[in-house]
Amino acid sequence: MDAAVSWPDQLFDTLKRGGIRQVGYVPDAGHARLIERCCADGDIRDVVLTTEEEGVALAAGAWLGGQRAALLMQSSGLGNCVNMLSLPRIMMMPMLMLITMRGEWEEFNPWQVPMGSIVEPVLALCEAEVLRARKPDEVAGLVERAVQRAFGDERIVALILSQELIGKKVWTK
Amino acid sequence: MSLDRRAAMATLLADRGDDLLVVPGLGSTCWDLAAAGDNDRNFYLWGAMGGAAMIGLGLALAQPRRRVAVITGDGEMLMGLGSLATIGTQKPANLAVIVFDNGVYGETGMQPTHTCSGTDLVSAARACGIGTCLDVQDEAGLADLAKRLKGLNETLFARVAIDPAEPPRVLPERDGVALKTRFRAAIGAYSSP
Repeated sequence: MDAAVSWPDQLFDTLKRGGIRQVGYVPDAGHARLIERCCADGDIRDVVLTTEEEGVALAAGAWLGGQRAALLMQSSGLGNCVNMLSLPRIMMMPMLMLITMRGEWEEFNPWQVPMGSIVEPVLALCEAEVLRARKPDEVAGLVERAVQRAFGDERIVALILSQELIGKKVWTK
Repeated sequence: MSLDRRAAMATLLADRGDDLLVVPGLGSTCWDLAAAGDNDRNFYLWGAMGGAAMIGLGLALAQPRRRVAVITGDGEMLMGLGSLATIGTQKPANLAVIVFDNGVYGETGMQPTHTCSGTDLVSAARACGIGTCLDVQDEAGLADLAKRLKGLNETLFARVAIDPAEPPRVLPERDGVALKTRFRAAIGAYSSP
């Protein structure tokens, strides 16, 4: 399997190795494979959300109860999270977010651009450490670092998965 | 008929037991929880409006052998109404979401909430697939809810009709790190890969 095919599986393997037990998500084409892997895993509780901010609160509850969580979302979902990200900031707890980008590369829907274009400044204002993977062969190393930084340093870490990485054809299927 | 909020909280938490973890909403229910007696197994919220039920869900999934009670207000619940759908999908047997419904936003000057103009939280919870949904209107209903909370064995939602009076504030600890640390220590929750 080449890297272009396997990066979602590398994400899954790293989350699994990192002891992630709850995964919150709003269904997303870019995360489809990862979500599928999480749903199929008996030790990971997959929690489908109505809005991404629920996932931030879910992760806080999980952490209070001694479990590690991850939150999967599309760039638009970050906008739904801003006030709820007060929780990990005020608690100084780990918050791991994997964000697939829209509105930045070969995007056919201009309505994705207003939020997509402010993802990094918004994350910076929320005191998140931001990592970005642009190519398939960067993903494994960066997600490893994201897990280590989030849970080792107990802080907010966002791994951005560039739209270029996800590919154009996903959007036109 | 409606119930006194402080008395209702005290009834629900009487002889609470070490296995009960409590998450209030921000505002009045947080003060009610503090007034009922501080406890390391309370996680007081001073913000994150709309998040109480989901914090309860994450906690309930992480701690399946303990009971989790989210006790929040109607305004806070309305802001996170979608979380009832998420909870209805997950259905953890150890989670109770209890809403003290006084029909007003007590912290901001008693403006009416949507429950005043017909939003029925019990029907909403039932429609989201939550197994037991109760509308508590009087002392007998409250006693029944307290009993069900003690023997919690399926996802429970309850709306408690609360008198819109504003008792004096009882302010708990507000340091988020301190609250987190003491809560995790109290239940021996340490994250390990």
